Amino acid sequence: MIISHDEARIICCKAQYGEASLWERLKLKLHITFSKNTAEFSKKNTKLSTLCDNAYLQGLTEKEKQAMKEKLKENN
Amino acid sequence: MELSNNRMTMHQLNPEKWVDQYADYLFNYAVARVSDGEIAKDLVQETFFAGLNSAKNYKGDAAERTWLIAILKRKVIDHYRKINSNKGKAEVRINYNTNSDSEGDWLEEQVADPFSKLENDVLENEELGLAIHECISKLPKKQSLVFTMKTIKGISTEDICNELGINPSNLWVMIHRARTALMGCLNQNWF
Repeated sequence: MIISHDEARIICCKAQYGEASLWERLKLKLHITFSKNTAEFSKKNTKLSTLCDNAYLQGLTEKEKQAMKEKLKENN
Repeated sequence: MELSNNRMTMHQLNPEKWVDQYADYLFNYAVARVSDGEIAKDLVQETFFAGLNSAKNYKGDAAERTWLIAILKRKVIDHYRKINSNKGKAEVRINYNTNSDSEGDWLEEQVADPFSKLENDVLENEELGLAIHECISKLPKKQSLVFTMKTIKGISTEDICNELGINPSNLWVMIHRARTALMGCLNQNWF
């Protein structure tokens, strides 16, 4: 049931994407009760997810970027 | 032939890195203004072409990205000029406040709508999006790629692992490092 700080942080990241198992979430909760640092990390991590959601981030696919590079080379 | 050999000026332009470093940032900027992914993509491509063609004019006064943004701004303006060149087809969007009981002064109400936070939210979200993209561009290449695929494009863990030839443990370590770096990068202004 006891996990390292690094493991707790990785579980915390998985939880941001809804990919932490119930068992992992329990271990994280327990860890957070005695680790102020991980609690702070968890709070910031959740805030980061909110910021990413609010920003409506959009990006190009790798394929689109590759096509852009090809066109730039042709244009050159 | 390397792009840089032909076009790079004495003021540190690196066209061969433009797509990797700035495409997402410029795309986010453009899509917020034209509300169409395909058009935004074309504008970014045109910006890179224009950048290449006017590389000799780059004096190094502004950062490379700032210079490209300046070109993109002109491309966006040109885009709107083009679509609005037929005056009858120009589109004006107004959100009417249907909650108001008052009659008559409807135009004034729209000009200063005390109930709407929409404009401020849009500006703030756009600024936030650009700040996040700037921070992502500072991440190591693989972390940036994994974070973008997972967070922005919403690709499944399994598909990312298959595409990049990594295992889920590696993926989560990279996501953890990327998120930690982003928290640090955004810390001053957004947390």
